[in-house]
Amino acid sequence: MSFFETRHLTKHFGGLTAVNDLSFQVEKGEIYGLIGPNGSGKTTVFNLITGYHPVSAGEILFRGAPINGLPTWKICKLGVGRTFQVVKPLRRMSVLENVMTSAFNRTGKKSEAMDKAMEVLEFCELLKKKDYPAKGLTIGDRKRLEIGRALATGPELLLLDETMAGLTPQEQTAGAELIRKIRDSGITIIIVEHIMHVIMNICDRLLCINYGQDIARGTPVEVANDHAVIEAYLGKE
Amino acid sequence: MKLPRWSTLIVIVLLLAFPMVVPSDYYRHIFIIALMWVVIGSAWNLLAGYTGQVSFGHAIFFGSGAYTAGLCASKLGISAWWGMLLGGPVALLVGLVIGWICFRLRGPYFALATIAIGEIFRLVATDWRSLTEGMEGILIIQTFRSKIPYYYLALFLAGASVYAIHRIMQSKWGYYFVAIREDQDAAEAMGISAFRYKSLSLMVSSFFTGLAGTLYMNYMAFIDPHVVFSLHDVSIMAILVAIIGGVGTLWGPPAGAFIMVLLQETFRSAFFGLFPPWVSESHVLVFGLLVIFVIRYMANGIVGDWPKIQRLWTRKNPMLPANDGN
Amino acid sequence: MDVLIQTLVSGILIGGIYALIGLGMTLIMGVMKIINLAHGQLMMVAMYITYMLYEYLHLDPYFSLLIAMPVLFALGALIQKYLLNPLLKVDSILPENQVLMTVGLAMVLTEIIRFIFHSDYRSVKTVYSNATLYISGISFNVPMIVAFGIAVLLSAVLFFFLLKTDLGKSVRATAQNKDAAILMGINAEWITILTYGLGSALVAAAGTLLLPIFYLFPDIGGPFTLKAFVITMLGGMGSTVGAIVGGVVLGIAESLGATYISMALKDAVAMVIFLLVLIFLPGGLKTLTKI
Repeated sequence: MSFFETRHLTKHFGGLTAVNDLSFQVEKGEIYGLIGPNGSGKTTVFNLITGYHPVSAGEILFRGAPINGLPTWKICKLGVGRTFQVVKPLRRMSVLENVMTSAFNRTGKKSEAMDKAMEVLEFCELLKKKDYPAKGLTIGDRKRLEIGRALATGPELLLLDETMAGLTPQEQTAGAELIRKIRDSGITIIIVEHIMHVIMNICDRLLCINYGQDIARGTPVEVANDHAVIEAYLGKE
Repeated sequence: MKLPRWSTLIVIVLLLAFPMVVPSDYYRHIFIIALMWVVIGSAWNLLAGYTGQVSFGHAIFFGSGAYTAGLCASKLGISAWWGMLLGGPVALLVGLVIGWICFRLRGPYFALATIAIGEIFRLVATDWRSLTEGMEGILIIQTFRSKIPYYYLALFLAGASVYAIHRIMQSKWGYYFVAIREDQDAAEAMGISAFRYKSLSLMVSSFFTGLAGTLYMNYMAFIDPHVVFSLHDVSIMAILVAIIGGVGTLWGPPAGAFIMVLLQETFRSAFFGLFPPWVSESHVLVFGLLVIFVIRYMANGIVGDWPKIQRLWTRKNPMLPANDGN
Repeated sequence: MDVLIQTLVSGILIGGIYALIGLGMTLIMGVMKIINLAHGQLMMVAMYITYMLYEYLHLDPYFSLLIAMPVLFALGALIQKYLLNPLLKVDSILPENQVLMTVGLAMVLTEIIRFIFHSDYRSVKTVYSNATLYISGISFNVPMIVAFGIAVLLSAVLFFFLLKTDLGKSVRATAQNKDAAILMGINAEWITILTYGLGSALVAAAGTLLLPIFYLFPDIGGPFTLKAFVITMLGGMGSTVGAIVGGVVLGIAESLGATYISMALKDAVAMVIFLLVLIFLPGGLKTLTKI
């Protein structure tokens, strides 16, 4: 039994098939990369896993139990955290309040939520900015806040949706470091990312999809040399 | 905006002393009504200002509370004061059902549904004469001839609702409410059931609004459907109280309640008889103009934009960040 | 059977006027994504304009259309330009700021009219106000038929404008996707002003057409605002065809309610339908046909 898996996951939007018969397994403790050209269905896969869209067919299993059909918040309670590609800070709350709100996922006590939030902020190196209103953060810090908020919900599986897009090279390196740190703390990660050198460096295994179908899977080196992948990104000769 | 502890204390002492210091029943009456609006405005603000669900139908809960008290007297033959026990829970149950119907929809649907349900309540209460006496209304005999007991009851309800909302906003619920207001998708991803917490917010809000309705029945001793289920005089007034004072702030609605009621009385009495009588017809016009002005120039209300207002006459600290009241 | 047919006929005729009200509302809703809670009040203002023209200049109400519509167009455009559009730049807690602004507007319009005309009931009694045609036992109120005809005509003109002219296409583009429309070089601000003006002019037409058959008093706006959003909700927010269908459905429903339930609960019928649509068919009737 895999830690997390999808079986024949399919999603139709009207006549369009965004995800087509996609099956993959993620083992506990790995960083699993999901790549593919723009519009290939990566974010849709995340939205299906976290219950934003109902699946059209197939199954999603987390620790052996099906989670498709559950509402988003219940999936979060079970231990699946996520970030959004277009960050969604709670704009009129401070950074600390943002993360505390997440921390209430595992406790009803304000003091415990506060402790958890401070711990997460320290981990994400946002502690100095804890009293900033979220709407005033730079894009790099917003991405960190997004990760921090997902972490504070106490996940076992973390879905990261393009957390590096729009960052400077230094920020990307720091971001990659942060993601490794999260994995080392025992959290399994599925990551969608466009920045190839980051993906190649941090992922244990990769799945490449195009038009919602898997076209290649394996270690980063294997996938990078796959003909189908090169074609998908660069087009046929 | 958070008031410092000592100024809160001064406000409390002043309000406690008020009916003793001011012997006029007229002013006591105005303050009782204002305190009642503190309750309703704060309750509306919990749902709309903090949770982001704008209701155009708080008259539903106000009327439910008022009629619970009224029917205790007219149908059950017991004192209308039983409404104080029953009115809140009845309004809460109504809120629960409405939330169950409406919160599956997002966005403007909730606002639209509350207008419609409010109108249904008013029309049905008007038509169902065997229960509500229709437009003849329900008349009871006031328990006390003095205004003072009503004043302290109103003050207690106002204090209790503001304090309860303050405590809620400091707790997990408060954080969850604001999260839903700020971004419902993000909130769901943080493990928050938007449906459940919107319903909780609505239930607390309707509970206090129902209590205010019960107070109204007992104090005014007369209700009819067009008074207590009124779209303009209750539902929209609740919105005005909150937005003029400041949505999403603890002290906005209380400030708004006093401003609105005092303004209403000032105009209704044609500036206490100083102005010609036609002025007394203009109080709704003044309200309307005030709404337009506040929304246009002080989107966060008088309390929410207080730093901005202060800056008009004190030039110091012009970079003071606007406070959002969370 | 005759009663039923009679009820349906009057429902459809009044439905034509309701369709005009709904068309104005749905245009505003489609482009601005707001509920215009001053819609009925704008209609009321137009009715008073027509009333004055009749009372003092003895202008026929149908002729007054030519005056009331442009005046309301201007009023609506000014409201949008100076009161609603500036709110887009304000960061406020409540997203419904523009809606609340229309509430304030509704109050101000009603009270200004009350100030001038007081709360008295007024009506325009033309020679044809009570004229009636009988066709095989079914009575047709003449002003209703004329109103229905003009309503159909105005709707046709509106459709021509939206479907065939560049400006109309810009309006539709803005309604579908404002950001994309701006990128295509459409001046969205000007389109919103135009739209609110058009919506006001359409509801002005409805008011003017209603005048020969209806009473007039300052508070008449409120109930019509409610009707306006029931119609739009029935048809599906932002759908023009839907608004027409919604208007006719509401007209028939009210008519049936008044005949078979009770006059007093006529308005409740509309609200109950509204609520049912809201819950079970949140996209309105247009979701049934998928057009």
